[in-house]
Amino acid sequence: MDINEIQHIALLARLDLREDEMERFASQIGNILSYAEKLNTICTDEVEPTAHVLGMRNVFRDDDEAGSFAREAILANAPEASSGCFRVPKIIGQD
Amino acid sequence: MKPYEKNISECRDMLRSGEVSSVEITKSVLERIAEVDGRLNAFITVNGEAALAQAEAADRRRAGGESAPLLGIPLAIKDNLCTQGVRTTCASKILDNFIPPYESTATALLAKQGYVLVGKTNMDEFAMGSSTENSAFGPSKNPWNTECAPGGSSGGSAFAVAADECIAALGSDTGGSIRQPAAFCGVVGMKPTYGRVSRYGLVAFASSLDQIGPITKTVKDAAILLSAIAGPDSHDSTCAANPVADYEAAIGREIKGLKIGIPRQYFIEGMDAEVEGSVKSAIAQLESLGAVPVEIEMPHTDYAVATYYLIATSEASSNLARFDGVRYGARVKGDDLIDMYRKTRSAGFGAEVKRRIMLGTYALSSGYYDAYYLKAQKVRTLIKQDFDMAFKQVDVVVCPTSPMPPFRIGDKIDDPLQMYLADIFTIALNLAGGPGISVPCGFTSSGLPVGLQLMGRPFDEETLFSAAHAYEQSAGWTSRKPEVAA
Repeated sequence: MDINEIQHIALLARLDLREDEMERFASQIGNILSYAEKLNTICTDEVEPTAHVLGMRNVFRDDDEAGSFAREAILANAPEASSGCFRVPKIIGQD
Repeated sequence: MKPYEKNISECRDMLRSGEVSSVEITKSVLERIAEVDGRLNAFITVNGEAALAQAEAADRRRAGGESAPLLGIPLAIKDNLCTQGVRTTCASKILDNFIPPYESTATALLAKQGYVLVGKTNMDEFAMGSSTENSAFGPSKNPWNTECAPGGSSGGSAFAVAADECIAALGSDTGGSIRQPAAFCGVVGMKPTYGRVSRYGLVAFASSLDQIGPITKTVKDAAILLSAIAGPDSHDSTCAANPVADYEAAIGREIKGLKIGIPRQYFIEGMDAEVEGSVKSAIAQLESLGAVPVEIEMPHTDYAVATYYLIATSEASSNLARFDGVRYGARVKGDDLIDMYRKTRSAGFGAEVKRRIMLGTYALSSGYYDAYYLKAQKVRTLIKQDFDMAFKQVDVVVCPTSPMPPFRIGDKIDDPLQMYLADIFTIALNLAGGPGISVPCGFTSSGLPVGLQLMGRPFDEETLFSAAHAYEQSAGWTSRKPEVAA
């Protein structure tokens, strides 16, 4: 893994890595991926993937009305809140 | 014997007979925590005053005629289970000030019985690690040698149980995070079948692998605790509807004729010789109790670590996207929204969490999805088939919980791949979904504990409890306690 790739992945992952972190991760993740190459020694052409072990299908329930959280209880953990809403940086109207 | 030294079953009897009150047990446990925890760091949050109030309430409920098994019993809870009104950090800076507005189903079920929450235990950040070194609050220690790691990620819970800082604890297990620290601390740890316990309110790491389970002083206690938390839940649609057995009734059943599978692939070159010796003696002990050992093959075992670290990190990269500094947790201001996300997450997550998010994002990214994530899901199918085949021949599969005794703090932290390989005997089971239990099976010459792992058929926790209890009673290792000094 090179630094360009690491920078690209860091942006996708919404991380902002320092120079030394990028170098370390490039080599460590490279090692882990080389180790993972061993999976390519098994032929899986005829094998179905497993996403979930119990083999459950959709689980349905009645669409009943139920209580929800109090607004104040949820906003109590917000880093910034005002007028009963989460406050976030402006995302439109910027150049 | 002080009340804090007792186990669940003993406390339950003493509370029911009126020999002791919940307030007395709780005070004793809190004093024990105050005496030993400072340097050893099993707890992130101690619930002091609130725990005493819960104990008083439990004593009142008992006076009113209630007698649920866990009524008034002080338990410790891993800090990735949401406890309403009690800080829940996941051992991360990003959740340093998070006070959950709701209760996890597992702890709600304990609260229904009237348990006492003594505190929230230390762990690897977001349950990512095998040593509890990846905690933003500093590592926990091993109770048998404080230079060594207690294992992870539920290292705080395992330590607290071993050092009598609680009567029992809950942990979570995504790749061995209950069983490995239980083995390293010389206590009992069980990962139930995937879907046996609701994950509602468990901060998600890898949703197809995570499972909550008990860490206890005895096998019987694990059965009592699992009975309390198992069962379907409308808040978690991956939670199974299968009826919950009376697990305590499995304690004391004979194991004559029980077929125990010894997989050749779990007794590999490079395994610690003392660990191998202890586990082989344990197998002989099981044989003397009437179990029948059968050599079996689990041919895809060697691929489990690679498969696991692709699937678990992919799921983690998706699950941890929610920590963005908007709705909860810390926020670091940025030039724009994306810059805020990046600064918040980079300041809030530790190195291992960032590494796993990066690896998972890569494995899911355009052009690599088929080669890594989908490939791993296919190999997962083959690993699961190994277990399905094994359980056509045998009732239980037996192996070491960890290929090595507790390692020294600092030994593996700079080499993530070596740390991942420490999970080699526990992670296949998470991929396959069945239950597993670790029970103490001896000590190395330097006095460090070794764990025996028993793995079972999906939803057959009963057989594991019967076998593990029979072994525990005849071997007697659980009676040995570490000398934990302040």
